[in-house]
Amino acid sequence: MTALIERLRHKPWVFSFAAALAVWLITIAYTQGQGAGAILTAAFSFATFTIIVGLGQMMVITTGPGNVDLSIPATITLSGVVAMKVMDEDSSRLLIGVLAAMGAATLVGVFNYGLIRLLRIPPIIATLSSSFLILSTAISYGRGIRIKPPESLAEFATMRLIGIPVMAFFVLGVSVVIAVILTRTVYGRSVLAVGQNMRAAWLAGMNVDLTRFATYVLSAFLAGICGILLSGFSRGAALNMGEEFLLASIATVVIGGTSVAGGRANVPGIWGAALFMYLLVTMLNTFGASAGIRLILTGLMIIAVIVAAGGEEPR
Amino acid sequence: MNRRLLRQALPFLSLAVVLAATFYVQPRTMSYFGLNLMLQYAVPIALATIAQMFIITVNDLDLSIGPFVGLVSCVGATLLFETPAVGLIVLLFLIAAYGAIGALVHVRNLPSIVVTLGLSFVWLGLAVLILPSPGGKAPVWLKGLMSVQVPAVPFPIIAAVVIGLLVHVALMTSSYGVIARGAGGNPKALRRAGWSMLRTKIMMYMLAGAFGVLSGLSLLGLTTSGDAHVADRYTLYSIAGVILGGGEFIGGRVSPLGAVVGALTLALAGSFLIFLRISPDWQIGAQGAILIIVLALRALVTYGEQKR
Repeated sequence: MTALIERLRHKPWVFSFAAALAVWLITIAYTQGQGAGAILTAAFSFATFTIIVGLGQMMVITTGPGNVDLSIPATITLSGVVAMKVMDEDSSRLLIGVLAAMGAATLVGVFNYGLIRLLRIPPIIATLSSSFLILSTAISYGRGIRIKPPESLAEFATMRLIGIPVMAFFVLGVSVVIAVILTRTVYGRSVLAVGQNMRAAWLAGMNVDLTRFATYVLSAFLAGICGILLSGFSRGAALNMGEEFLLASIATVVIGGTSVAGGRANVPGIWGAALFMYLLVTMLNTFGASAGIRLILTGLMIIAVIVAAGGEEPR
Repeated sequence: MNRRLLRQALPFLSLAVVLAATFYVQPRTMSYFGLNLMLQYAVPIALATIAQMFIITVNDLDLSIGPFVGLVSCVGATLLFETPAVGLIVLLFLIAAYGAIGALVHVRNLPSIVVTLGLSFVWLGLAVLILPSPGGKAPVWLKGLMSVQVPAVPFPIIAAVVIGLLVHVALMTSSYGVIARGAGGNPKALRRAGWSMLRTKIMMYMLAGAFGVLSGLSLLGLTTSGDAHVADRYTLYSIAGVILGGGEFIGGRVSPLGAVVGALTLALAGSFLIFLRISPDWQIGAQGAILIIVLALRALVTYGEQKR
């Protein structure tokens, strides 16, 4: 028993799943079992968007202290707007729309790393400034109109298989791919090595620049996927559709047990943390809490989880 | 050496360029009232930037300063207006809370980004509880203070210079300031020399809280009513201000005067873009572009100074 606890202590993602489970149990205890399944289904729908961008943010944060992608919300918006506009409510233009949106998102990633590398700007400021430019591009391209998604995209985003949203399976696939990349490929191992000690990785002959470049592009790419799916799910692109994902992407990464100091990533933790964040809001809604109370408790819970999971051992 | 001097002068040069460009586009701003109008909102932004700078000095980052400034404006417009004593106690309590957060971050060795991210929800929630919709009234003395008319030099400029110099003296020349910056530069060395990292962090966090309170109150004096969301952008402004002013995220390398100048530059850039009459769509984008240009210049200047 103590051995089990000792082993679990070294798996930080367990905390996030335990927290998600606890919150879900409290909610259904309050409703006396009513809507237990419906809440889970909704959680698996909404959490998937956070999970996709969380995976990208996780890779960026893993490349070392100071690395964070603040342009994710703007990229989500840009990709959603581009996809909706190119598809123009026509299902036969689905593929070209997806390609256009993914292309735009990839360009954002290239631009971000260009700023970081060529101008030597700290990533936080680089992605912040580029997010302003991206958002302006999205505003002027989309002109604030709410464009509807083609029927096929909307159907895919809301389809269910045995009560579980199809999107959850899709994102599970993406997560598995990311996990394999992280642990089994040269690129993934390089990300971890660069995050642990950039200089050591460089001295060991790794291509640090290429690794970091690929990571920022990957993050933007995943934000692009999120933008397309989200505009299909919520039946249209809106200029503020990415807003909530800035805090959500960072919070899921850290609650999920990925090291903020870099060099240690955790894919399952992203799932636990995203589900926890969604279920937490659901629980507070069920209790009928006012907006203020809801915000305060959400904040305190985030702090409580990070305190319980503990910080880094000092290096 | 020459590059180093240039690097330190860069924030001031950037401000001069933006100011000159503004005067060129709209010559009428080159007056007492013009400057007063353009720069009045620079005072709360500068105070929030200083608050952020204290946190960055000890290698942390505060993502909650914007909502915190909003909360202070709500407390000021309600409690401080109705029962000044209660309002004052609440504000002091908020500063103490900042100190407690500093202690928590240090003792448990937590990532400050996540803790302050959580805190930003807490501050916003408290603000919404106190003042569900924008309203309330600013205390009369606060309104009076923020609309002071000083002969010859506009009040915001005097305020900015005084704030910058005070903090400069405290952080850059006092012996305690050296310890505080050392806490960011080399915490291990500091601990071995017998200084308490815990006390330093609590102190810096409380200073950040105090300047956050000052920022919120000065903002309230200008807007004259409270709003929980009034300062949402301050988090980003304050970080950008510190960096524009020559500060760095790690190593305790900060500059109080630079931070104030960075905040002034950001505030001016907003007015400048309005005078340029560019399409509202590109308003935010142009702000991002200005930020990138200034930082690109800095990269150019420091290119030879440090090699990895």
